Amino acid sequence: MILTATLGLPMLGALVIAVSRRWTETTARLFAVGVSLLPVFLLAWAWLQFDTQGALFQFVEEVPWVPSLGMGYRLGVDGIALAVATMSALVFSASIAYPVDTQNQPRQYYAWMLFLQSVSLGVFLALDLLLFYVFFDLSLVGMFFLIGRWGHGQAQLAAFKFFLYTFCGSLLLLLAIIGLYLSVEPHTFDMRVLIEQQPLAGGGVAAGLVFLALMIGFAIKTPIVPVHTWLPQAHVDAPGPASAVLAGVLLKMGTYGIIRIPYSMMGETFARYALIIALFAVASILYGAFVALGQRNLKRRIAYTSINHMGYTVLGIAVAGALIQDTEYARELALVGATVEMVAHGLITGALFLICGSFWQRTQEYDLDSYGGLLRQAPLLTAFTVLASFASLGLPGLAGFVAEFHIFAGTFDVYPWLAVIGVLGILVTASLFLQMLQKLFFGTLPQRWAHFEDLHAVEWGVLAVLSAGFVIIGIAPEFLLTLIEASATLLVGGP
Amino acid sequence: MPIGDVLPEISLTLGAVVIVLFAAFTRQQHHHWAAVLALLTIALCVVLTLAQWSGPPRLTFSGVWALDGVAISSKLVVLIAGALVVAMSPEWMRTDRRHGEYYALVLFALLGVIMMASASDTMELVLGVLLSSVASYPLAAYHRGWAPALEAGMKYFLIGALTNALLTIGVVVVFGLTGNTGYPEIAQGFAEGSDNLALTIATASIVLGLTFKLAAFPAHAWMPDVAQGSPAPAAAFLTVIPKIGAAVALARFVSILPPDVAWRAIVAMISVTTMTLGNVAALRQTDVRRLLGWSSVSQSGYALMAIVVMGASEQALSALVFFLASYAIANLAAFAVVTHLRGRTALDDYQGLARKVPIAAMILIASLLSLVGIPPLIGFFGKFMLFSVTIEGGYTWLAFVAAANTVISLFYYLRIAALMMFSGARPIVHVLLGQWARSTMVVAGLLLIVGGLGVETLMIFTDSIRFAL
Repeated sequence: MILTATLGLPMLGALVIAVSRRWTETTARLFAVGVSLLPVFLLAWAWLQFDTQGALFQFVEEVPWVPSLGMGYRLGVDGIALAVATMSALVFSASIAYPVDTQNQPRQYYAWMLFLQSVSLGVFLALDLLLFYVFFDLSLVGMFFLIGRWGHGQAQLAAFKFFLYTFCGSLLLLLAIIGLYLSVEPHTFDMRVLIEQQPLAGGGVAAGLVFLALMIGFAIKTPIVPVHTWLPQAHVDAPGPASAVLAGVLLKMGTYGIIRIPYSMMGETFARYALIIALFAVASILYGAFVALGQRNLKRRIAYTSINHMGYTVLGIAVAGALIQDTEYARELALVGATVEMVAHGLITGALFLICGSFWQRTQEYDLDSYGGLLRQAPLLTAFTVLASFASLGLPGLAGFVAEFHIFAGTFDVYPWLAVIGVLGILVTASLFLQMLQKLFFGTLPQRWAHFEDLHAVEWGVLAVLSAGFVIIGIAPEFLLTLIEASATLLVGGP
Repeated sequence: MPIGDVLPEISLTLGAVVIVLFAAFTRQQHHHWAAVLALLTIALCVVLTLAQWSGPPRLTFSGVWALDGVAISSKLVVLIAGALVVAMSPEWMRTDRRHGEYYALVLFALLGVIMMASASDTMELVLGVLLSSVASYPLAAYHRGWAPALEAGMKYFLIGALTNALLTIGVVVVFGLTGNTGYPEIAQGFAEGSDNLALTIATASIVLGLTFKLAAFPAHAWMPDVAQGSPAPAAAFLTVIPKIGAAVALARFVSILPPDVAWRAIVAMISVTTMTLGNVAALRQTDVRRLLGWSSVSQSGYALMAIVVMGASEQALSALVFFLASYAIANLAAFAVVTHLRGRTALDDYQGLARKVPIAAMILIASLLSLVGIPPLIGFFGKFMLFSVTIEGGYTWLAFVAAANTVISLFYYLRIAALMMFSGARPIVHVLLGQWARSTMVVAGLLLIVGGLGVETLMIFTDSIRFAL
């Protein structure tokens, strides 16, 4: 019941807000924050109960939904899903709590946010392929309305582009899911059965096509170069909290999906193409980093670093899936690293996008060159931005480092030369963040920002929680690593 | 004569006659009772149809009338869709002098569609097509004083006359080839071999004749005009219901063709052309009803996918009927909203509607998303089953084309949704007074969601249905 409650409570909350016509903005907001925290607690509790020696999927719930199609309401988590889901729930709470201009439609805004939280968690908790797809698609709908209604700039265009582009990916995914579904007898969408049976093993055109469709579908969502082009605009025009959710949670659906479906269910085919995937990942790492370096728009720059970071994750997964002899340990390291990267990127980039939101609320300006010398004016803002930027560029002691260390340690053993090229990305990331910090906070303060306000209590409170997350993971990652390793060992060890 | 086998149809006919008489002898302001009569007739018909459910698939009346799962389930879909159309009409038609007769025409048109779905005989098929056409032309042009409605009716009639003639020619040629009109005998005749050229002509003519009712390429041109110009409830009827009968009739007809007629390829080409044309044409529409008309064309293209893989995939017929049902609910919900909004049609007039009439806007958005196939709305399961049988039947490329088309369609559906949700305009909104259209709209909207969540129950009616032949 715990997972159903995790999904159901935000959905109920969304309905309650949607029908409570008399609520003021404050009431709606407090209620939304309260409801959005429930999944965090529920998942934390599940985390404590999780048996690291136990079965791959735990807390399994199963109710037949459409038995004649082999579809059921099946929920369950392994360590990877649990870690990512908990992070997602936290990022949602933070985003909902973060102050934003709701343009006189607070109830609608918070209702959509809670709706999105519910369906996004559903993606990570689903153990049924079709249910996974249901939540995957619904998250697009929620995000479409959030960007289009509360975005700025060319918000509608951005929302359209986001929906259409990622919907292409979804449909490919649907076709691939049908392909997987038809390849097992009796036809079923049960992920456990599919993981166990490894359908379409042994190659053939069908396996190649299904795999290709799955990978393109997830690559669009992740996004991996060259199908990343929806991302920058969606981010720039979305309201701050929606960007945080987009980067922190929605992108993870792509990489989580890669782990859950092609990696787990088609291990053999995945191994055959692992090198190609790794090459695309490295391309994303470098492309994302260099293009981010070239951006003068604060939010665009952070958006491109997401492409870079998701590249690390995909690299980790690709390495984990390369079935090369005697590299089990390295591959497990890489898979653990990929998962930690998802969690770390969610927290860190979530925080960075919320900070962008704070900039927008104050100035309606993202141009880096127009800023300078904010250090004295806004010390708290500076502190949190510096912390998050350092975490993002992989400074030891912070979460990004733990993740990247694992990924590259694993990669060195499997594809050493790719690791060497990939590490270059970290260098570029470091320089782009340092340059960004310098432009924002050092130098002389332009006259027009003389009344720039520092972070308010709510803002820095939220940022402090997220920062605490990635600092703790950086200093004492054990609690996270044991959880993930429990599942990674099972996944890498027994395809 | 096994009269019991056609009791549902007899009840429809009698109901229509009673309505005509009722309308002739009562004042206009009481004519909305004719809607109640029509609903009662349909309810009776549904009950009688359900009573036929348990019997084995069979042909009755010397083999001209099919009583099988496909016929009965599509009959149920047609009847329920018809009930929704009737229920959304009274306020719209209230000011019309001939309000009462409208319902009789609807019932006759329903009867024609049911005949199409059940016909296992070419003459029976012609009768069904003609009855539904003849009853539909006046529906399209019901507001005869209004030029666009007349134009729509005229186009509908001209294209209809041409294609119905073609259909008849095809039927005559088939008769010449096999000496029979019944499907079992025709199938047998074909199996013994026949003149290839004549067979091709016959097939082409009959398929063309049916594409008219299906609003599929190349006889689709009436659809956008009818959707835009005819009364909104009639447009709801004409964009949905004839399709159901025509799709089943087409499936039934091609299933008796000998294998050397490449009917799979033909239907696949029609399917691809129809869905692509419909979607591309809908992209730039600035009129919501016209846009829905084009979208309806494209949906016919999707439905044809199931016919392509008939026989190659076990569930093809289930997928066909289920998809048609899901399409019917979504399109009727959309038109119910349009009716409720007094036929509001220009896209720009939909700006900011979500603030003024949130429920209507939400239902319209839900229906559009269901037409795209966003889960868990019912349209998703319809599309899912289509894709699934198409891939299973070995037509993966067709499924890809359909998926690409779905993305295109998302664009224009979203345009409407975005205008209603994102625009800050505060339009003056007139809605139909009274509860008929409004409650129909809500019921159809609920069906979208409840049908999606309770899809298992609906599948009982389409699971493992097959032709009696």
